[in-house]
Amino acid sequence: MESELGLIEQSLISSYSVWVHEALSGLPDSFTITDPSISGHPIVFASKGFLKMSGYSKNEVVGRNGRVFQGPGTCRRSVMEVREAIREERAVQVSLLNYRKDGTPFWMLFHMCPVFGKEDGRVIHFVGVQVPISRRPRRSGGRNGVGLCEERSRMSEIVYGSCRKEVCFDSLVDLGRVLSLESALDDADSRGFDIEESCEASDVEKMRAATAINNILSVLTHYSESTGRLVCGKRCSLSGVGLLSSALNISLGRIKQSFVLTDPNLPDMPIVYASDAFFKLTGYARHEVLGRNCRILSGADTDSSMIYRIKESIQNETACTVRILNYRKDKSSFWNLLHISPIRNASGKIAYFVGVQMEEGCKNQVGHGLSPEMRQLSAVGAVRIAVRSLSMGAGPSKS
Amino acid sequence: MSMTLRIKRVPTVVSNYQKDEAEEGARRVGGCGRNCLNQCCIPGAKLPLYAFKKLNVNDGDTGLLGHEKREPPVPFLDSLLLGEWEDRMQRGLFRYDVTACETKVIPGQFGFIAQLNEGRHLKKRPTEFRVDKVLQPFDCSKFNFTKVGQEEVLFQFEASEDGEVQFFPSAPIDVESSPSVVAINVSPIEYGHVLLIPRILERLPQRIDRESFLLALHMAAEAGNPYFRLGYNSLGAFATINHLHFQAYYLAVTFPIEKAPTKKIATLNAEVKVAELLNYPVRGLVFEGGNTLQDLSNTVSDACICLQENNIPYNVLISDSGKRIFLMPQCYAEKQALGEVRAEILDTQVNPAVWEISGHMVLKRKKDYDEASDENAWKLLAEVSLSEERFQEVNALIFEGIASGDNGNENLLEDPEVKPRSHEEVNTINKRVHCSAVNEQICRLFTM
Repeated sequence: MESELGLIEQSLISSYSVWVHEALSGLPDSFTITDPSISGHPIVFASKGFLKMSGYSKNEVVGRNGRVFQGPGTCRRSVMEVREAIREERAVQVSLLNYRKDGTPFWMLFHMCPVFGKEDGRVIHFVGVQVPISRRPRRSGGRNGVGLCEERSRMSEIVYGSCRKEVCFDSLVDLGRVLSLESALDDADSRGFDIEESCEASDVEKMRAATAINNILSVLTHYSESTGRLVCGKRCSLSGVGLLSSALNISLGRIKQSFVLTDPNLPDMPIVYASDAFFKLTGYARHEVLGRNCRILSGADTDSSMIYRIKESIQNETACTVRILNYRKDKSSFWNLLHISPIRNASGKIAYFVGVQMEEGCKNQVGHGLSPEMRQLSAVGAVRIAVRSLSMGAGPSKS
Repeated sequence: MSMTLRIKRVPTVVSNYQKDEAEEGARRVGGCGRNCLNQCCIPGAKLPLYAFKKLNVNDGDTGLLGHEKREPPVPFLDSLLLGEWEDRMQRGLFRYDVTACETKVIPGQFGFIAQLNEGRHLKKRPTEFRVDKVLQPFDCSKFNFTKVGQEEVLFQFEASEDGEVQFFPSAPIDVESSPSVVAINVSPIEYGHVLLIPRILERLPQRIDRESFLLALHMAAEAGNPYFRLGYNSLGAFATINHLHFQAYYLAVTFPIEKAPTKKIATLNAEVKVAELLNYPVRGLVFEGGNTLQDLSNTVSDACICLQENNIPYNVLISDSGKRIFLMPQCYAEKQALGEVRAEILDTQVNPAVWEISGHMVLKRKKDYDEASDENAWKLLAEVSLSEERFQEVNALIFEGIASGDNGNENLLEDPEVKPRSHEEVNTINKRVHCSAVNEQICRLFTM
């Protein structure tokens, strides 16, 4: 069984070997690394600089989601921008008001970027650098000066990376992003916001953030060579067949029930996602189930007429609930109240079947008064929303 | 000569019990017999009841680390709503499977979202709607939510008495306590499309009051999901049913309006911040902050009350789990009635209500879906917006309204009835009594 803590500990090691911690600790910057494949998208590494800046200890930070550093004064739109970037698996640079452990707020420039697996283009981690913004009198004027233009192009360069600089102003997608940043800049410049409301980082701070990101990426890239699971800062290949995007992984990771997604468009309808609760229920580990058919749960006394009913409902593309005897990895059996339903993607086509397991008579599943059946259906609903919304074609993600 | 402005449009069928007016009269089942929410069917009826905790502090996203549990559980309201909705889907209560409707993010600068929905407006005749009066009396000869079937109601939603979240899987409908309910919309525009109907049995017309708006904000906060948003359309801004309701659904995509840059224009009492939308086709205001959820709620309600009292149609989007609220006054229906909207835009038959204005376009024709572009979406929404000049005038009114709300409406919170009744309201009440008598043979109506 993979415990959550174990997953967090293994997150960096499995991609970059045991030596990576030491190398990362040698970097002076304030940064965190998060793992989108673990439920809750937790921080798996926090640098000394970050702990110093935030006032937290390592144990208080690792395992948490980065949003816990936000507070009442944090701009909601900026939070939305970060959420959006994670979803679209791209870099973002934004000023954020965060809170230290003692409750005091501080402005920092947050620069986040995804780390891609070279082989399959999957997002392995997100690196987030925090550069404190020094408070100083606001620059006035410069609304139409050369200075601002320079700032704009530099800004887009940092956010998009130099390779995309040329296409930036031809492509409306990118232009939109830049334009909204620009209007925010224009606005802050011309209106003379009071410093409490918004805080713009200087060019020096922006460069510092970009440099820190590059340093961290080169450490990660270097150490990924030793595990053979190469990573890079740019997506080198599109997501492979049957692989879910990190955004879909994050969304599905929030669903607490035991469930699997199987892909009917692939030979033998393999499992392409399984929830943490599924591993807990069955005793299998992630790598033991992904790519395999659900029949691994069947055994000697499994009623074949139930299996036939499942096959029938899959064929008819309808939902069904069956009571079926299943087996864990250790061969112990349990009665599974299994609910199966087809899940459509944004084009309205069936992309997956979801199977939600419920162990009959299991006391653990009594949660806050909702009947187990209702919780099962709510998992189906949450899966539908995640799959539909995340296949709508924004950004590079495919699901 | 007095003139009224009307438009013809196909009304959305929100309930399986909503028939064309002609059919309505023909129904004469003894004792109603359809398990509705009128007095005839309520005795003995039970529905799940969710009682939410009143939040005292609007603590930003999750509050500071020290106060947060290690692994926040999936918010309970979210699970309840999804589970009940999925249950109704599997029972076949919806007119179509919305997840089978094709949808996409339109490539372009703004990320407008388009959905092709060819089934939503079938089988209904266009009906005339009066669009020049934002406040109209409740008319019980028309469809209202007390007529929906109980199976369309997901749960009752109210404030908890002891300050903790409570859930009763099966609770009687207590007429005395004036329950608010959440019901499905049988013509969903996305998964989880529901209607929040505050104090359903009081048969309130479509108009915002402080208490109802706070209820809607609580629902957004309790669901705790940034992709579950609530919306409100006033009359004259594409509400089709004059019975107080909010809409809500799930769509895990950021709406263009949420991405639009903003310019802060004021910080009001209790730290409520107001900004103006920039670089967006519809002019509007964004409210956030506030020391408490109630501060934010009161400010926005006062702004809405001011608009409706000045007969200005508007739409409201409650976004980011109740932390950001968008308010857009609009003039599309008025332009349409006056024949000022271009034919090419009218031809799409898109009714620019809150979701369309927020950037989620539900299109009825394949052609419009295939040709959907930033430009087309912008063109449509630009017609919805007030002119800059008018918008500034309206803003001045709104700020006045908020200021007077701050001064005089304190006791409104305790008792919304304190406010002197207008003629119209008195008319409403008279009419309601009259209606009850008429309808008694069909369905013994609940009387207030």
